Amino acid sequence: MKYLDEYRDPAVARLLLTEIHATATRPWTIMEVCGGQTHTIVRQGIDELLPAGLRMIHGPGCPVCVTPLELVDKALAIAARPEVTFTSYGDMLRVPGSATDLLALKARGADVRVVYSPMEAVKLAAELPDRQVVFFGVGFETTAPANATAVLQAHALRLTNFSMLVSHVLVPPAMTAVLDAPANQVQAFLAAGHVCAVMGWTEYEPIAASYRVPIVVTGFEPLDLLEGILMAVRQLETGRAEVENQYVRAVNRTGNTHAQDAIRRAFRVTDRTWRGIGTIPTSGLRLAPELAGYDAETRFGVAALTAAEHPDCIAGQILQGTRIPTDCAAYGSSCTPRRPLGAPMVSTEGTCAAFFNAGRGRTELSTVEGIR
Amino acid sequence: MTTLDPVAATCPAPLAEAERVLLGHGSGGQLSADLLRDVIIPALGPAAPAGALQDAALVEVGGLELVLSTDSFVVSPAFFPGGDIGSLAVHGTINDVAMRGAEPLGLSLALVVEEGYELADLRRVTGSVGRAAAAAGVPVVTGDTKVVGRGAADGIFITTTGLGRRLPGAAVGAECGRPGDIVLLSGPIGLHGTTIMSVREGLGFDSDIASDSQPLHRLVRAMIAAGGADVHVLRDPTRGGVASALTELAAASGVGVELAETALPVPPTVAAACDILGLDALHVANEGCLVAFVTPAAAGAVLAAMRALPEGSAAVRVGHVVAEHPGRVVMRTALGARRIVDMLIGEQLPRIC
Repeated sequence: MKYLDEYRDPAVARLLLTEIHATATRPWTIMEVCGGQTHTIVRQGIDELLPAGLRMIHGPGCPVCVTPLELVDKALAIAARPEVTFTSYGDMLRVPGSATDLLALKARGADVRVVYSPMEAVKLAAELPDRQVVFFGVGFETTAPANATAVLQAHALRLTNFSMLVSHVLVPPAMTAVLDAPANQVQAFLAAGHVCAVMGWTEYEPIAASYRVPIVVTGFEPLDLLEGILMAVRQLETGRAEVENQYVRAVNRTGNTHAQDAIRRAFRVTDRTWRGIGTIPTSGLRLAPELAGYDAETRFGVAALTAAEHPDCIAGQILQGTRIPTDCAAYGSSCTPRRPLGAPMVSTEGTCAAFFNAGRGRTELSTVEGIR
Repeated sequence: MTTLDPVAATCPAPLAEAERVLLGHGSGGQLSADLLRDVIIPALGPAAPAGALQDAALVEVGGLELVLSTDSFVVSPAFFPGGDIGSLAVHGTINDVAMRGAEPLGLSLALVVEEGYELADLRRVTGSVGRAAAAAGVPVVTGDTKVVGRGAADGIFITTTGLGRRLPGAAVGAECGRPGDIVLLSGPIGLHGTTIMSVREGLGFDSDIASDSQPLHRLVRAMIAAGGADVHVLRDPTRGGVASALTELAAASGVGVELAETALPVPPTVAAACDILGLDALHVANEGCLVAFVTPAAAGAVLAAMRALPEGSAAVRVGHVVAEHPGRVVMRTALGARRIVDMLIGEQLPRIC
């Protein structure tokens, strides 16, 4: 368990901070892509220790946050069916749909269960032949290999009572969408370390080259983030735009080819709607044609369902980094982790929840000095 | 274009949480507090307790200061590394009595058992109750047993009630914290909650981790003997964890609490489990440690008295009480920034990645 202390050493953190302060001569804006990185930055207060002109924008890399409302509604419609045992990673349970959430549905008697791996859902399907077991397959390239393996396993076992509600999304198209936005302010990226552990970083090289934007593959511990920020600032200050790897203990250039194989066998690239952002071409995964029988949307006839976002929620602008949670009129008043209007307030990795949990901009906390 | 409402038109509220009890209402965090404030206390009307709500009540009877506390135990699984529902029911109530600065005198024991429950398990649980009570020196003086139909309970539920007598010189209460007080913590945090979650979800941490379930009345006795009325506040941070307990104490005393992240004793296995599950160790339940607010003058002596006992051998100073930001706990992070530590909101939900 040494890794925990090794990458959280305050003395080393101070050295890195001093180096960042010495290196940054101009204002720069860096986006950390992944919600796990946002969580560490806000929780440790890293952004408050950076030079005044060095701004961190919190990116769209929270799988819970970008799962579209209509998909949550589809999940709710499926989970409400009496024959269904609905399985999901825990933090999808509180995501608000148009009318309710999975936790409330569970309290009303729906069979909703938290699993820690999609393979548990496959096992459950084998154990419960009279139930329709559905797994909520969301996430980035990080969860895709395990979800792919689960569908392939169910197929190998000829399980007819297993299906998956798939809403997989891919990171590189989201990064180019951010860069293409007219209001874009991002000058460098910290790429998501665990996504790159699976995929490697070859697909980021054309982005860095064509947009002239530094990309640093970065981990999730405080020292990882500080080092990633320092590497990005050094590139910006010297006019370089390369893909660099801070997270050398987990990531290499080509990634995990076995995991990539599983994704290729089970899924095909497709257009995806991102909550609050809209449809991004070729930004997601759907089941491969030969596995289409495991698609829960088709099996339960919910494919045509659509939904409209809450009008007060500015999740889209927050996910693209053009506004911050405290800019939102609903933040902390009509939208809290208790009663979230939008997904970024739900997961601990969501930018709004990360801000709220750290007490930022909450009027009832205005007595606490020195905290934004 | 169809918009489908999976709970039909019966639900006008944006979320159904106002209408049904959620598991999160029992988590010991914000939702639990709301349930007490909005439903239970108003329903009691003039029969509701006066003043700040505490886990144990102080009752004066003929000049004697008695302490009364009751608690139900529904832990699943009933057997876990470091204890079981029987020992937990004894320790939990002893600790609630002790946190009012009292010596526990006796316990009542009420069992609700599900039809079909194995007698061997019932013997195991009740044997554990007996051993825990005997080891603590607190007898079980009365009890009750009910059996309900299959499906009406999850195996076995236990309710224990504890009666205690205030220790001489003790003057502790949730409302007694004062600016300047030192915040002490008796031992490592997060062990019980991560153990239960690991066993329940089959995460495989259970070989390296055990619940901290233990009685704390001897520790309290030693602390009061060393610090007397200088020990202002005692609380065992059970459901909702240290964060929720300290936030409640800060609110009850009208003070702020400043914590130092680097001083918090989080065992490596707890930290690893919390990292994997996306939980905050400060929100995870404990069953064998306490937090105390003690005057600066007495803090050294109280800390020494704690460290002299096995259950307090890892006791540390984790922060101090301030007049600023009343009702709030603020932590200085390891990197030197500050952030607010809030109560647990509902159920702890493991994250995706």
